Amino acid sequence: MTTAAILPERGPGDRLTAIFWRHPRLLLVLLLSPPLIWLGLVYLGSLAALLLQSFYSIDEFSGVVKEEFTLKTYAELFRAQNLDIILRTVLMAGAVTLGCAVIAFPIAYFAARFARGRWKALFYLGVMLPLWSSYLVKVYAWKLILAKEGILTWAAEHTGTSIILDGVLALPGIGGNSLSTSPIGTFLVFVYVWLPYMILPMQAALERVPVSLLEASADLGAGRAQTFRSVILPLALPGVVAGSIFTFSLTLGDYIIPQIIGTSARFIGLAVYQFQGTAGNLPLAAAFAVVPIAIMLVYLAIAKRMGAFDAL
Amino acid sequence: MHSDRAPLGLKLAAAAGLLFLHLPILLIFLYAFTTEEKSYQFPPPGLTLKWFAVAWHRADIWPPLWLSLQVATIATALALILGTLVSAAMAQSRFFGREQISLLILLPIALPGVITGMALRSAFSVMEIPYSVWTIILGHATFCIVIVYNNAVARFRRLSGGILEASADLGANSFQTFRHVLLPNLGSALLAGGMLAFALSFDEVIVTTFTAGQQSTLPIWMLQELVRPRQRPVTNVVAIVVFAATVLPILIAYYLTRGGADTAGAGK
Repeated sequence: MTTAAILPERGPGDRLTAIFWRHPRLLLVLLLSPPLIWLGLVYLGSLAALLLQSFYSIDEFSGVVKEEFTLKTYAELFRAQNLDIILRTVLMAGAVTLGCAVIAFPIAYFAARFARGRWKALFYLGVMLPLWSSYLVKVYAWKLILAKEGILTWAAEHTGTSIILDGVLALPGIGGNSLSTSPIGTFLVFVYVWLPYMILPMQAALERVPVSLLEASADLGAGRAQTFRSVILPLALPGVVAGSIFTFSLTLGDYIIPQIIGTSARFIGLAVYQFQGTAGNLPLAAAFAVVPIAIMLVYLAIAKRMGAFDAL
Repeated sequence: MHSDRAPLGLKLAAAAGLLFLHLPILLIFLYAFTTEEKSYQFPPPGLTLKWFAVAWHRADIWPPLWLSLQVATIATALALILGTLVSAAMAQSRFFGREQISLLILLPIALPGVITGMALRSAFSVMEIPYSVWTIILGHATFCIVIVYNNAVARFRRLSGGILEASADLGANSFQTFRHVLLPNLGSALLAGGMLAFALSFDEVIVTTFTAGQQSTLPIWMLQELVRPRQRPVTNVVAIVVFAATVLPILIAYYLTRGGADTAGAGK
């Protein structure tokens, strides 16, 4: 009687199923090995090659890469002009992160607390579309906006605010001939392009702030500003830090935006691109590429301590 | 003090923020019709449709477009296979090294593109691999895996394990369960992931510049036009095509995964 409950085997499919049932680890290994071989070989392998390359050096006379272990290439990073590049990039990344946080907050807060039903969907789509849509097209749009003969100059002329625009452009250090050739322009475009990456984690964190806490805060006599400062902000902070991981890291590595909009001052990404391309100095390019990795590792360690990973 | 109505200032700031995100793109459309081809003069001195015809007949646009489609299609297919496999494994069981694997999948997109690009470039150089369509695809597939993975793993999480057991109890073997139970439930999430991966690959430029050698994909063509403009409105026409080729898949992906809206593209 007991054997009747077992169905007869109907071919190799059943036999394999039985093997998987008896050895669940086997199925796991079969599922995992192709993607892990790919990522391990292609990605980790490449990162290893990057590290390896950064410990090589270039022969100054022949321009040929010498395949011997040396720290010479890393020492080159500490030359004044290269330190400048790193400092400029980190400052820009910090400024962009702050700018994104300020603009993102009202959007994230409104979407999390007040938007309902169709408005919620609209806000979601309104952030997702710019997040995923073509990066290059967005940068190009800003070239059109910031050009000297473009729409911003025109708008300033017709609203009588040319003085403000000219005043901003005359600022030493961040001004320039036109917005599209000034560091302000570079900053604006960075903020625009990475803004959605800040909004999404921020909104997720704000959605988890319980309304009861806000009510309690109001009951205890706190005004809007005080509730915001001492209840909402501390609770939303992990989300802000999570968003800042993206804005900071993406700005550190970008080389398209400073190339198209801004002064010709170099950023880390642009340095990597130029050293591996026209200069043909692959080791120095690799060493430069290690810099954002190192900075991000430190940044991630701090972010983790602030609880940002729970907000992702 | 505490109300459910948003303060006016907040409403205005949120609306301004959303407009800031969307208005710039409209200019791309406007400038495709301008009669001025040497500068970005605003307002355009006149409007014309001729740039669409000019773009159509420009021989240098078609090969990059073709290459981009080819790369995006193959990279998406590879990412679909690898992403589904890894999400199935991750959803099924807890095992040693699980955290590390999810970090490994995320890494190619969490680190700046220039690092992924430079790393691949170093690897090709060390191993003396010549540049080809396949070196581009290799890079694209690597960062597309995470997109498919995110979508698939979110769906796996919502899928009750009970239906797989029910299928087994009713006598289906693993392959029949996969074909008749798992795939229909996973289908729309995979399609959405594939759409997003396609959109991402189609307009990727940073990693591609490091892995392409002499070939240009459409975004690389666009980048060259941005650095050294020729007929500016033609670039706008191409930009509209690229924009459409990324926005349409995103919209389709959104409608496919609407139920679990919070999972669709979390953590690009």
